[in-house]
Amino acid sequence: MHSYRLPVKLFLLLSLAALILFPSVSSKFYLQLFSKIMILAILAMSLDLLAGFTGLISLGHAAFFGLGAYTLLLMSPEYAAASLWLSLPAAMTVAALAALVIGVLVLRSSGVYFIMVTLAFGQMFFYYVTGARRFGGSDGAYIYFKPDATLAGWAPIQLSNNLHFYYFVLALMVAVYLLLRIVIDSPFGHVICGIRVNENRMRSLGFPTFRYKLVAFMIAGALAGLAGYLDAAQYGFVSPELFGWRESGIVLMMVILGGMGTLYGPILGAFALALLQEFFADHTKHWLLPMGLFIILAVLVLPRGISGVLERLVVWGWNLGARRA
Amino acid sequence: MPEPVLRIQALSKNFGGLKAVREVCLDLHLSELHAVIGPNGAGKSTLINVISGELHPSGGSIRYEGREIAGFPADRIARLGIVRSYQKVNVFPWFTALENCRLAAQSRLKSSMRFFRPARKYAEVNDAAERALALTGLAPRAGSFASALSHGEQRQLEIAMTVATSPRVLLLDEPLAGMGAEESLQLLALISRLSADHAILLVEHDMDAVFSVARVLTVMVNGRVLESGPPEVVRRSHAVQEAYLGKEEPAP
Repeated sequence: MHSYRLPVKLFLLLSLAALILFPSVSSKFYLQLFSKIMILAILAMSLDLLAGFTGLISLGHAAFFGLGAYTLLLMSPEYAAASLWLSLPAAMTVAALAALVIGVLVLRSSGVYFIMVTLAFGQMFFYYVTGARRFGGSDGAYIYFKPDATLAGWAPIQLSNNLHFYYFVLALMVAVYLLLRIVIDSPFGHVICGIRVNENRMRSLGFPTFRYKLVAFMIAGALAGLAGYLDAAQYGFVSPELFGWRESGIVLMMVILGGMGTLYGPILGAFALALLQEFFADHTKHWLLPMGLFIILAVLVLPRGISGVLERLVVWGWNLGARRA
Repeated sequence: MPEPVLRIQALSKNFGGLKAVREVCLDLHLSELHAVIGPNGAGKSTLINVISGELHPSGGSIRYEGREIAGFPADRIARLGIVRSYQKVNVFPWFTALENCRLAAQSRLKSSMRFFRPARKYAEVNDAAERALALTGLAPRAGSFASALSHGEQRQLEIAMTVATSPRVLLLDEPLAGMGAEESLQLLALISRLSADHAILLVEHDMDAVFSVARVLTVMVNGRVLESGPPEVVRRSHAVQEAYLGKEEPAP
């Protein structure tokens, strides 16, 4: 069973190599687009921890994305740059604390109710920020200076440099992937996987399940905050849309399209969805129509997402090889 | 008589107007197999659900090692050492047999809020899981996915998981349900073996099986205890014969 993991691992390493080499052939436009996609991939992986591993389908995950972005806004002086080393941990902390408070309230429900309550919380943030003048209201607000990465006079990267920003995001995406892989393999990870399959049974084995769901919710929130922070840093602009259900929905689609509970699937889903959107938008202004059709089709024919196809291909290749041998 | 591990007194559970369990009293001793029998709807499963904390008792007391535990949440009761199995197979299908037991054994760690070291590298957890598999005779199937096991093996795994949590009290809810005659015998032998160093409450439908292994029998009808005592005594009880075994059957 574990044998098919090797080709998938190989595929992922090759993709990583491609992403590392990509800037040498890419235009500025695609460099920025790929940076944006990798930020969304971080967001999608954080949601996968909830939806795919813990079994908590959240439709309000963008709330933490937005909180990360707005934390950078609030920590940026008007005519100077915020320190990366302060503002980035701050964004993640704010998002994690918000996840703690929201989690205590929403994790008492489950199933459809959980989806509805998370949706409601996301919308609460959306409407609050829309009405809050000092956060720029519905127009959003600009962050004129990119976060400053200088540490004691030493500046390893310039986030205002597109290339630096690209590699910074790539490194963070890989780090988040590896971190979540380790967490999922840990005792904690096994507990949340058990909760997804059968929460009652976990409780009767002696696990206080609520606590584990809450911690998973906080980890996912903090990583979504990281993604939101990067999004704000990339464009130097934040708006209430970041909190909205549309954003939450798109990320959930990336997770489902890529394959829930695989961790690398959501990265593939983020690339597939974003590039496809770009492609359709290039060819027609009614791009939402083919996009919607594609998603319906994908859900119908790829029940386990892109990663499911990949794994089936590997198994098929394996059997073919075995028959020849 | 030594102190019972688990002493249940006047335990009741109502669902609205329905009195599913009424004033049930029973004692459970270490190294004792105590079987609860009774017709469908007698309240046997409800009794297990209340003891294990999945249902909140409406009244009465549950004392475990001298301490009142009625109303504790299910996970806390399990960590104290009272662990149940289910009538419906309730294993994790996409985990291997070993992983199922490991997950169960992991509940004995002080906390599973451990994020970095791989779960499979906790020696004490592995040991407990492997012991449970060996004890239940599932060791050769350790690497098989639970979904690939036969029904009988899944039943064994269900019990192996409870054993992996190192409990003192086992609550077994119809462990023989849906099993063939041969498998049933094997599982009964296993339960007998386990009763040497556990206190076991066995809820079961299969009368012959129960009479052959239980040290103490409690007969429930309509939520109430009708009779309780050693199998020979219960078998001769007129009340039991009328209510449950049928009037025609002559006393042996």
